[in-house]
Amino acid sequence: MSHAVEFERVSVAYGDDDAVLRDVTFSIDQGELALVVGRTGSGKSTLLGAINGVVPHFTGGRLEGRVTVSGLDTATHRPRELATVVGVVGQDPLAGFVTDTVEEELAYGMEQLGLPGDTMRRRVEEILDVLGIADLRDRPLRELSGGQQQRVAIGSVLTPHPSVLVLDEPTSALDPTGAEEVLATITRLVHDLGVTVIVAEHRIERVLQYADQVIHLDQGRVTVGSPAEVMVDSTVAPPVIELGRAFGWQPLPLNVRDAKRQARGLHLDARPASSSPNGDVALRATNLSVRYGALTAVDSVDLELQRGSVTALMGRNGSGKSSLLWALQGSGPRSRGAVTVDGLDPHDLPVAQRRGLVGLVPQTPGDLLYLPTVAQECTVSDTEAGVAPGTTRSLLDTLVPAVSDDSHPRDLSEGQRLALVLAIQLATSPQVLLLDEPTRGLDYTAKAALVRQLKRLTTTAVLLSTHDVEFVALVADRVAIMAQGEIVESGPTREVVVSSPAYAPQVAKILGHGYLSVAEATGD
Amino acid sequence: MRTVHPMAWWGWAIGLAISASLTTNPALLGLLAAVISIVVAAHHTNTVWGRSFKLYVWLGALVIVMRVIFHLLIGLKYGDITLFWLPTVALPTWAAGIQVGGTVYLEGLLNAVLLGLRLAVLILAVGAANALANPKRLLRAFPRALHEIGTAVVVAISVAPQLAESVQRVMRARQLRGDAARGLKVLPKVAIPVLQDTLDRSLMLASAMESRGYGGHHGVARPRWVAVLTLGGLLLTAWGLFGLLNPGQATWWTGSGVLVAGVLASVIGLVGGGKSVRVSTYRPDRWGPIDALIVGCAVVTAVAMMWTRAGDPASLTQPLQPLGWPAVGLPVLLGILVAALPAAIPPAPKAKAP
Repeated sequence: MSHAVEFERVSVAYGDDDAVLRDVTFSIDQGELALVVGRTGSGKSTLLGAINGVVPHFTGGRLEGRVTVSGLDTATHRPRELATVVGVVGQDPLAGFVTDTVEEELAYGMEQLGLPGDTMRRRVEEILDVLGIADLRDRPLRELSGGQQQRVAIGSVLTPHPSVLVLDEPTSALDPTGAEEVLATITRLVHDLGVTVIVAEHRIERVLQYADQVIHLDQGRVTVGSPAEVMVDSTVAPPVIELGRAFGWQPLPLNVRDAKRQARGLHLDARPASSSPNGDVALRATNLSVRYGALTAVDSVDLELQRGSVTALMGRNGSGKSSLLWALQGSGPRSRGAVTVDGLDPHDLPVAQRRGLVGLVPQTPGDLLYLPTVAQECTVSDTEAGVAPGTTRSLLDTLVPAVSDDSHPRDLSEGQRLALVLAIQLATSPQVLLLDEPTRGLDYTAKAALVRQLKRLTTTAVLLSTHDVEFVALVADRVAIMAQGEIVESGPTREVVVSSPAYAPQVAKILGHGYLSVAEATGD
Repeated sequence: MRTVHPMAWWGWAIGLAISASLTTNPALLGLLAAVISIVVAAHHTNTVWGRSFKLYVWLGALVIVMRVIFHLLIGLKYGDITLFWLPTVALPTWAAGIQVGGTVYLEGLLNAVLLGLRLAVLILAVGAANALANPKRLLRAFPRALHEIGTAVVVAISVAPQLAESVQRVMRARQLRGDAARGLKVLPKVAIPVLQDTLDRSLMLASAMESRGYGGHHGVARPRWVAVLTLGGLLLTAWGLFGLLNPGQATWWTGSGVLVAGVLASVIGLVGGGKSVRVSTYRPDRWGPIDALIVGCAVVTAVAMMWTRAGDPASLTQPLQPLGWPAVGLPVLLGILVAALPAAIPPAPKAKAP
């Protein structure tokens, strides 16, 4: 029997640069779920693109070797001819939508293939049921939540009945609930419909337990095997794997349940309640509200941020986290209430002085960058901030080493670009630093680097919004949870997250006793 | 109840527009406006285009007001019943058609109002078609040969809000770098991130479309004669129209004959072009008896108008010199009322049954 996907000695290179994939050989059987893991820039997207021939037909570059999908060679079949064989969903589902309502989007691919009307009608109804989105059929795509958009995107490539489904980071941008919806859909496709699914994902902890096979990429070379084999020495690993490695558990547990069983033999002392930081208050918000017309985004929030502490703001998508951050910085709208930093209200200051008090790194840091080189961005930043030349550059060097002066900010990795914007915002040495979802698109190494960077800011109060519970466990001293514009819970991280079903990190679930991270458990 | 075919509403509106263009009789024009409004009120949906009818009403009112203002300022005033005087400016004899200010008579003013009203009713008819026919479904009803144009329009419609969002986001982000500058200076700072964002998105969209089979129909080459027929047909159509609009010189080879040939050639070209496009349409609007009925109603109105114009042209105009009450003939009255019949068709259900 032929494999669903087969790579034979595949190498891909763009221009004169080093090869992105080197001599890659593996195969995926029909009806399996394969997880592609690796650090940022290790070639995951290129590997996924090669499956339906977008690499090299659409992206350019040079592909050596042979890629076959259901027996069809991508060298002789263009991606559009493979639409009935491979369905591809990109990182941002909204960017791949052609029409604007759910039903039309589901039908689009079939229209392009010229399928007859009654077939299209039947398949659209089937897919609406399989994905559980029948009640959304007439809704505009832009009004859907992230999880719903992702499911519609999956549905829209499934209607031509491909046997292989390729997903690039389907849950990275989603809150835990949205991620659950999408993962439930994916496992259902694999188990009930026998679709072969290939997923690349940074948040490995979310997908690993469902995977049949893991394809590990390191600088363009692959290791392929069962999850337990490959994760033993992979370059990226979720906390459950790290914990298993640290305690030498055999076989390596892949999910919380297995790890818990192995952890029974451990005798750990209960962690003492963490001392909450008592730095002086850097920012105080009282009775803060933000309204957009009839919608109340932030509802009478009281908040204090202490110097030298990191507070994590968590909550569903649309619970008002971004609105709160922008209102605290003073540049976003505010309907009521007061913010005090250093005796001043940033909202009343001119923008240039405002950022001297409160810096904000927005959700898409690239919005702040417009110059062609890193060096120019740093120079302009020094002038804007009114500080000595070289300040931004040296800040950048302490955050991430070896970012070349001549690189274009667009060519930096997500982590490097975030560090550049962070350096620009830190140039004025603000009292308070706000970050809106800083971990999007960061791998474990980049996240660990960000944790170190934030821990180093001993005189700044940091507030960051995020969905990433593992990141929170590593970085935050305090956690505030928002729902419907209100802060419904706040306190030291350990107290808030350990007891919560939605926000407990893996280590807390496995070990109990108030442990949050692998480092705490091993005593490093 | 199925939704009405978008082309049916356009056919209906064009019928009424033709009818309106044949008369200056205020009673008939008023009746036409009322008929249009009743049908729109019965069938419009709560969508962006559905709510747009109000805009056309305002536009119509504006046209009447502008027409009157132009009449007062530079129109040639005539009549017997003096209303008031405006200061006047003496113009040289070669500008005899223009009269700045001067005495304003009732007849001249009334004529200006009625000409404005006629244009306003035409605008209402177009507005009604816009409000009743979903523009996206209209695009889907286009011939297949225009498939690419339809796709481009749909993509443009969905990209526009993304672009606006992107500009807003970057403008907001500028403040975070302490930049309050406005005007041309900030243009590169906003344009570069926005353009990069747009370019990234376009590439992602193009890649997604390619992966989903867009352009697969290019396997069949479009024959050369299709392009020749379509282009030639369009040129002939233009030439024919030009001839018809110059009634003095219209012969069979400049007027109607050429027009018919041109339209025929274009249609054959479009159908031939469509043959090589192998896409299908999901849940296309089907032309049904109700759609034919809707268009038929407006055809009745237009025929009644033309018939009256042939037999009793005076009843279609407002008697100005001497001033009198407009006459309304029974056939034309009934003809217009027939156009209101579509209001009685039950409207499409707001939501599908659970």
